[in-house]
Amino acid sequence: MTPTLFLLALFDGIAYAALVFIVALGLTLIFGVMRILNIAHGSLYAIGAYATVSLSGWALALGLAPILAFPLMLVSAVLVGLLLGGPIEWLLLRRIYDKPEVLQLLVTFAVFMILEDVQRLVWGTRPYFEATALQVLGNVTVLGVTYTVYQLILLPAVAAALLLGMRFFLRHTIIGKLILATTEDREAAQSIGIDADKVFLFTFIVGAALAGLGGALASPTTSILPGMGADMIVLSFAVVATAGLGQIEGAALTALMIGLGRSFAVYVWPEAATLVPYAIMVAVLSVRPQGLFGSPSARKI
Amino acid sequence: MTHATELGQARPTGPGRGLSMAGTVLPLAGLGLLALVPLGAPGLQLLVNLALAKGLAVAGVSVLLRAGQVSFGHALYFAVAAYAGAFLMTALPGADLALVLLAGLLGAIVAGVCVGLFVVRYRGIFFGMLNLAFSMIFWSFLEKFYHITGGADGIRLPRPTVLGMTLDRASFELVLFYLTLVLVLSLGWATIRWLASPAGQIFQTLKTNETRLEYLGVSPRRALLWGYLVSAALCGIGGALMGVTQGVVTPEYAWWIRSGEMVFIAVLGGAGSVRGAFVGALIYELVRTYASAYAGDVWQMLLGAFLLVIILFAPRGVIGMIETLAHRGEGRK
Repeated sequence: MTPTLFLLALFDGIAYAALVFIVALGLTLIFGVMRILNIAHGSLYAIGAYATVSLSGWALALGLAPILAFPLMLVSAVLVGLLLGGPIEWLLLRRIYDKPEVLQLLVTFAVFMILEDVQRLVWGTRPYFEATALQVLGNVTVLGVTYTVYQLILLPAVAAALLLGMRFFLRHTIIGKLILATTEDREAAQSIGIDADKVFLFTFIVGAALAGLGGALASPTTSILPGMGADMIVLSFAVVATAGLGQIEGAALTALMIGLGRSFAVYVWPEAATLVPYAIMVAVLSVRPQGLFGSPSARKI
Repeated sequence: MTHATELGQARPTGPGRGLSMAGTVLPLAGLGLLALVPLGAPGLQLLVNLALAKGLAVAGVSVLLRAGQVSFGHALYFAVAAYAGAFLMTALPGADLALVLLAGLLGAIVAGVCVGLFVVRYRGIFFGMLNLAFSMIFWSFLEKFYHITGGADGIRLPRPTVLGMTLDRASFELVLFYLTLVLVLSLGWATIRWLASPAGQIFQTLKTNETRLEYLGVSPRRALLWGYLVSAALCGIGGALMGVTQGVVTPEYAWWIRSGEMVFIAVLGGAGSVRGAFVGALIYELVRTYASAYAGDVWQMLLGAFLLVIILFAPRGVIGMIETLAHRGEGRK
């Protein structure tokens, strides 16, 4: 492996890890607070990407400045959170918090199936490419390797900002503390006047918006086509499970591990690239079943 | 919701109850009717054959639901078995049908041991998602390692011989149809018996209270592994039959949509009910064949919506409805 290839793989891995982390952050936040693994998270990611492509395509057709692609990504993410995340929690998940885990999984799986078809109905099956945002920012040369600013600087910066922002939000703001209190003990939180329903709804909307944001940010770097949601839910689950469900900082580290592992595999043994994330997950879970940073749960008798 | 109607909580239909209407007579009558399909409605023969092959795989998923576990990756065993059969036919052209099915079964069991040893350490979310991950791994192996697996085109599976005889297409399909019926009857019966046996009862205790099992000196992991192998074997036979019937195996066999379909049918038929798996598979395939012409684009959406309705409003599925009707009928006598 030449130094150039090494740097390329490193940059690929960092860019990829940043994207996966943003999606996994939403997944692990929802799980941490609500104890529900949202399989439809992958669809929300895909819809975020599709929405961004449609919105920025529309803006470009109107002759607006290409730089508008960035605020439109945020708009798509918020739309995904409010228009999809809100109703999913409010209409469906709210009914099943006291049901067995298997049922909750089946419900989010059903939502996943529905949303996969919604994508195909709305956007068809042909792949979309929309790299305006990537071109606007141009390239940067680091140690002789030219890479896009978007992937090398913007994506990791957004991921780091979200990580720090989420930490600050949960620990130092009132709403964040309400969320942590509800996570710790829902009944006790309710007894001191916290509206747990609202906390759950808010958390789910934020989590869904993060999935949408991941998709929006991914859209300039990849072709958008049916099936991307299924890949992403399994991958982000691998990240979240390797870290330990509900572990936010841990997810950042495992996203980096998995992202780098995958990108180096692309250069060394391309056929196996898709297997690397799972190999890492299986290896970690064989030694630490609760994940790298998870603590073993108390046994109920 | 009371305990009796909870998902996966099938009514006790143990041997002590004798010949029950819903438990024995109806399934046998149904199989008898199906046996007439090649004579009465030859157009449906292939459809019923494929539905029953899928039903065997669904029965495997149902078994796990009895222990309160859902696997989103059981298409893995379906595909492993189908590919094992295809590899055998490539290596030994003109091999016997029994040998193909055995290869499929063996493949599924070997894969079941390898994956099972790992996944039985987990329950609930992890169990479901780790199975999904393994099936995705196998799927990408099938897609990417073109020189071994034929990539997205898959492998053609030429018609095997039957007891040394080379049959023409029509008679081969007829043999396959009745073989599938016999397998459904015998494996379905064996699975129900296994669930009623002490080993099966211990397996089902995983759903209610696993810690008590440990106090009894029983290893929950071993109990789950046995159940997992039963379910993998059922999926394997189903997949091998499917491969032979269709004459070609593709990576689509391992795709998550297949796994999702199996879970869907298991819940539709009656979560945890072996009989329900076959009823569900027949209903599903019939509806799909006729509805997909009109609703091909929204098929999964309909499935998802229907799944939500069943989970929220009719958690015991079709078999639950049949049993309720049958019990009402018996009560009136």
